[in-house]
Amino acid sequence: MGRRVVITGMGWVTPLGHDVASVWQRLLRGESGVGPITRFDATTYSTNFAAEVRDYRVEDFIQRPEAHRHAGLNSRFALGAAAQAWKQAGLDRFTGLNRRRMGIYLGAGEGQLDFDPFVATNLASWKADTRAINTVKWAEEAHRRLAGNREIEQEPNMALSHLAAQFGCRGPASNCLTACAASTQAIGEAFELIRHGDAEAMFAGGSHSMIHPLGITGFIRLTALSSRSDSCLTAARPFDQTRDGFVMGEGSGMLVLEALDHALARGGKPLAEIVGYGSSADAFRITDIQPEGKGAQASMTQALRQAGLDPRKTDAADRPLVHYISAHGTGTQENDKIETAAVRAVFGSLAPRIPVSSVKSMFGHLIAAAGAVELITCVQAILTGYLPPTMNLATPDPECDLDYVPNKARDERARGVDLCLSNSFGFGGQNDTLAVRRFTA
Amino acid sequence: MDRTVVISGLGTVCGLGVGVASLWDGLCAGRTALRRIQRFDPSGFSTRLGSEARDFSGARDWVPKSYRKAVKVMARDIELAVCAAKCAVEDAGLVTRGTLPDDSTAGTTYAGSRMGCQIGAGLIAAEADELTAALATAATPDLKLDHSAWGSARGGKGAMNNLPPLWLLKYLPNMLACHVTIIHGAEGPSNTITCAEASGLLSIGESVRVIQRGDADLCFSGGAEAPINPMRLLRWEIIGRLAPTGDEDDGSRLVRPFDPASRGSLLGEAGGIVILEDRESAAKRGARVYAQVAGFGAAHSSPGDMIGDAGSGMDDGFQFAIENALADAGLSAGDIDAIVPHALGVPAVDAGEAGALRAVFGPRLEAIPIVTISPNVGDALAGNGGLAAAVASKCLAEQRLPARVHAGTPANGLQAGASESRPARLRHILVASGAIGGQNAALILRAC
Repeated sequence: MGRRVVITGMGWVTPLGHDVASVWQRLLRGESGVGPITRFDATTYSTNFAAEVRDYRVEDFIQRPEAHRHAGLNSRFALGAAAQAWKQAGLDRFTGLNRRRMGIYLGAGEGQLDFDPFVATNLASWKADTRAINTVKWAEEAHRRLAGNREIEQEPNMALSHLAAQFGCRGPASNCLTACAASTQAIGEAFELIRHGDAEAMFAGGSHSMIHPLGITGFIRLTALSSRSDSCLTAARPFDQTRDGFVMGEGSGMLVLEALDHALARGGKPLAEIVGYGSSADAFRITDIQPEGKGAQASMTQALRQAGLDPRKTDAADRPLVHYISAHGTGTQENDKIETAAVRAVFGSLAPRIPVSSVKSMFGHLIAAAGAVELITCVQAILTGYLPPTMNLATPDPECDLDYVPNKARDERARGVDLCLSNSFGFGGQNDTLAVRRFTA
Repeated sequence: MDRTVVISGLGTVCGLGVGVASLWDGLCAGRTALRRIQRFDPSGFSTRLGSEARDFSGARDWVPKSYRKAVKVMARDIELAVCAAKCAVEDAGLVTRGTLPDDSTAGTTYAGSRMGCQIGAGLIAAEADELTAALATAATPDLKLDHSAWGSARGGKGAMNNLPPLWLLKYLPNMLACHVTIIHGAEGPSNTITCAEASGLLSIGESVRVIQRGDADLCFSGGAEAPINPMRLLRWEIIGRLAPTGDEDDGSRLVRPFDPASRGSLLGEAGGIVILEDRESAAKRGARVYAQVAGFGAAHSSPGDMIGDAGSGMDDGFQFAIENALADAGLSAGDIDAIVPHALGVPAVDAGEAGALRAVFGPRLEAIPIVTISPNVGDALAGNGGLAAAVASKCLAEQRLPARVHAGTPANGLQAGASESRPARLRHILVASGAIGGQNAALILRAC
C-alpha cells in the first residue's frame, strides 16, 4: 500500500556550520556549537549562552537574494538549507520538474519580534496607575514605529512563502508548529502526502530561532534551560545525571523527499528511504510528560509498524532490527528519563543493545527545526557507518541506562547502519517518530 | 483503498453566537456581528469595527471542573478552540473524557488512541498588559528593555520574574490542539497547522488523510483565532487588508465580497471545529452525518509580493488547489452546486480568487451560488476554515443556502450579491481559501 518515498537531497544551517559533510565531521569529533549569546546582552540572564548560527549569509546559497531582503531569520536559514537540498537532489539541473507536483511541508517557527520598536511601543503607552496599555496611544506609537514588511515576516508561514518563491513550488504547502516536534511531523506528513499521491516531491524540514530576549526569557521562566553559564560548552548533557535543562540552538534542516519512481525516472539518487512515521498526543498535561512515556511509545510503535519491524525481534546475526535511535534527548531531567523508559517499553530486553544518542549535546536544541537536522544525522549514519556521540555524558544516571554512544563517535562500518529511528517530542505532548532505512532497489 | 470520511459534528463560536445553530440562524437571517470593538478602545486605529464573540465569556464553562485552573494559561485563541471542540463533541453525540464526570473514562465512544486532532492556529499575540507590566520594571528612559535589570543573575534585578512561569505556554500555537487533546483524551495523531487563513482547511485536509489511511477513526479538526487585539489589528491595517471605518457602525456595509469598490475586510474572532469520522465507524454508532468528504486539494500560489496578493488578478495557487480537490474527488467543475470561498472583501485578493474560479468553472461560474460569511462574522484567519466547513455542512444537511449580506454590487455577474436565504438542491459544495503567504486549500463536501 502506498508508494515508496526516498530522500534525494539534504541541507542544513546549524550552529556547527552550513554544509552537511563538514558539519557531520564536526559532530563525529564531538564539537560543540555552544557559546555566549551575542544577539543581545544576556549577561544577567540566568542562561546567557546558546548555540548560535555563525557566519551565515543567505546570498552564499541563492541567486536573487534581493527577493528575500525582508526575510526574517527563519526564512533565511530555510532558504540556505533548501538550496543545499535542491542541489544535492540534482533539481538544479533538472528541467522537467512539474512544479504543481512539488510541494512544501515545513515545521518552521514563528518569526522574531521587531524587538526594540515593539518594546518602545508598549512602554510608551503603558499607564502605571491603571497597570494597562492605553490602546489609543499604543496605536499611535505602533503606527510610527512598526513597519508592515517586518511585521508580516513574523508569521510562521513565511518560510514557506520564501521557498515557494525561490524554487517555484506550486504543490501542496503547509507549515506546522508543534513546538519541538514540528519538523519531524512536517517530514512525516510530507511523506504521507507523497505516499497518497498528493505530490511527487516535497521540500520537508524546519527552521527556527528562539535566540531572542523573549524566547530565552520564556524558557528560563519554564525552568527548561540549562543555567551552567560557567561551563557552557558542556552544559548540554543529555542523559547525564547532572543534566539541568536544554541549551537553545537555532538553524534549519531541509530535505527533498520524492516518490521513488519519480526520483529514478529523472536519474535522482536516493540517499535513504523513509519507511515509517508515527504521531501521537500524550493528552496528559501541558507542563508535564506522561510519566511512562505512553505518547512516545505510541509514536515509535506506529513508525515501526508502518516500517514492518517487530521491535522485539533480532536479525540472523542476533542484532536488533533498529540500528540507531536519534533521541529527542533534550537534557532535561524529565525528558531523558521518560524517553529512556519509553524506549525500554517498546524494545524490551533489546533496548540496551540499541545505540541511542542525542546530537543536541553538540547542536543545542533547534526547537521546531530539531527533528529535521536530526533526521539528516540518521541518513548520514546510514551513508557513512558512523554514529554520532552523546557528548558531556560523564555521570551515568541509573534511570538512563541505555547505550547512549557516550562522548565518542562509534564506527559501525563493519556491520553497517541500516535502520534508524528519529524521535521528537513537543511541549504540550505532541510526539513524532520517523523510521529511515538504507535504500535498496 | 482509502476509507471514506464524514462530518458528524459541528462546533462553532463566533460573533453570531456559541454553537452552530446560532451561526446558521444568524446567517440565514442575514445578521452581522461586525460592530464597534468593545474589548479595548480602538479609536487609535482607522479600522474600529470587528466581530467579537460576545456571548462567549471564556473557556471556564467548557472544561471539566478539574481542568478549570488550566484556563488561566489559555490565550483567547485557545479558549475559542476549547469551546468549539466541546460544542462539536456535543453536536456529534460523542462521549469523551471531557464529557464525563471528572477522571472517569468508562464508556467513551472511542479509545483515546483512535482520536486525532488537527487544529489550525495563528501567531498568537502576547497580551500587551501582562507583558508590559513586566517590561516596565526594567525600562530605560529611552523606552528600551534594560537587559541587565531583566535578568536575575550576575547582578540583574530579575525583572523577568514578573512574567508568570508558564507565560510562554499561553501563546504557543500548538496549545490549541494540546488542550483539546488533554480535555477529550485524544491520543492519536495531533498537529497544528499555521498557514494564516488557510490553516483551518489545511487542517481538515490533513485530518481527512489521517482517517483515510487508518491512523485514526475520528479527528477534531478546524481552527481558531482571536484577532481582535491591538497587535493583529495594527498588522492587518498597515499591510492594507482592513476597511477604514469612517462613520460606519455596521461593518456589513463595508465588507463587500467581490466588489471592486469594497474598502477592505474586517477581523472577527472565531473557533470552528468539526468532527471528522470514518464513515463505517460513524454508521456503527448510529451517528447523524451532515456530509461526506468528497475530495481535498492544496497548492501554493506564484509569488506576487510576499504578502501573497496575486498581482495579476488571477491566483494560480487557488485554482490549482481547487483542481487538485476536484481530481481527488473524481469530479468535474460541473458537479459543484455552491461555493464557499474566502471572499474577504479585499479587492486585490477577491480578484485573484474570482479569476481562479473563472479559470476552473468557466462561464458557468455565474450560475453557481456563492456563500459568503465575511460580511457577517469577518475574517477569522485560522478560525475561518472550520467555520466555512461547518456552514457548508449545514447547507448540505438542510438543502438550503443562507442569506447573503452585501451592500454593493459584485463584479462580473458573480452570485455574491445580497439575497435571502432559500432552499436549494445541493449535492456538492466547494469550500476554498487562500492565505496571506500564498498557501491554498480546497475541500469538497457531498450531501449524504
